[in-house]
Amino acid sequence: MTFTTNHPVSRDQAKVMNRFDITKRMVARLKHDEAVIGGIGYTNFDLWAAGRRPQNFYMLGSMGLAAPIALGVALAQPQRKVIALEGDGSILMQLGSLATIAGRQQKNLAVVIMDNGTYQITGGQATATEQGADIVAIARGAGISQSAWAADEAAFEELIDVTLREDGPWLIGCRIDKEKPADTTERDPPRIRDQFMRGLGVK
Amino acid sequence: MDEEAPNRAWHEIVRDVLKRHKVSLVTYVPDNVLRPLIEAVHADPFFTAFSCAREEEAVGIVSGAWMGGTRGIVLMQTSGFATLPNAIASLAVPFQIPVLMMVSERGTLGEFNIGQSLVARTMRPVLDALAVEHHTMTRLDEVEFIIDRSITQAVATQAPCVFILSPLLTGGKVFAK
Repeated sequence: MTFTTNHPVSRDQAKVMNRFDITKRMVARLKHDEAVIGGIGYTNFDLWAAGRRPQNFYMLGSMGLAAPIALGVALAQPQRKVIALEGDGSILMQLGSLATIAGRQQKNLAVVIMDNGTYQITGGQATATEQGADIVAIARGAGISQSAWAADEAAFEELIDVTLREDGPWLIGCRIDKEKPADTTERDPPRIRDQFMRGLGVK
Repeated sequence: MDEEAPNRAWHEIVRDVLKRHKVSLVTYVPDNVLRPLIEAVHADPFFTAFSCAREEEAVGIVSGAWMGGTRGIVLMQTSGFATLPNAIASLAVPFQIPVLMMVSERGTLGEFNIGQSLVARTMRPVLDALAVEHHTMTRLDEVEFIIDRSITQAVATQAPCVFILSPLLTGGKVFAK
């Protein structure tokens, strides 16, 4: 399996990157109106800061549901690639969704986990990943065999390119630092939803 | 409606109305009373149907599918609905997503599990607190009208809707011992 070769085998070996920097790198590689679902908190704040794409959806609550929402979009639009951006604290709330995604073998879906080991927005309390839980190993165990840690920024870009080119589902683990996000998402749910649906060509 | 076969069971009526309204995605956490409906949608290639680990996840999937242009419904039992207030209050309602939900009602009319009887009492107060449209279906002759009209309304008003399957309609789950 080429996807996981040359990538760190565990969280400990992955480089600690910056969330805003790698979010910008990811967005820069999206050339075909790929949909991106930003999970709550700093994950979606930095997605917002990385540029207002009509194909971005920004959650405001419903912690943990970025991957399920992305699965729904992917089911409805099988020709479009869909990426869920989710934090470590959030995905820990819905680990079962990884098994659901694996069961569907949804080809056009990738989950990107921003893992800084903390519930950063609530004051930096440690999450289970800081205490040894490895999201990539959990995803593999759930059945998403194409799961890997990004060794560094260049490896992250390479992994994103593979997920955009080849069949998934995928999970990419990214260790990130505890920098504050670059901006704050505008909290206007009907507008976010309406623009997203127009961006997907539904309206 | 007249062309449909007479004497259909409740789950056949539900299946047919969902099809007519192009509700093709069914996500669920299983329930014994829902079993004939779950089997019916799995048996019909019109539907994409699968189980989820949690009801919240099922609501997230149907929400994403709606935004992508596919209509869906979440099936669950009463105790599963009790896990949903946050997802309904922070996703379906504020983002104006017509998530359809169908709840097999336990906890009443012969319940044998005290946990079910207690959690069931939270369902309607939660729905009323969130001002979410909900209808309890008790008779075979009202099933079609309620679901047909309510799907139309949910889509037109971009609001979630909950259908509660009373034991009066389904027979419920019978005390086994």
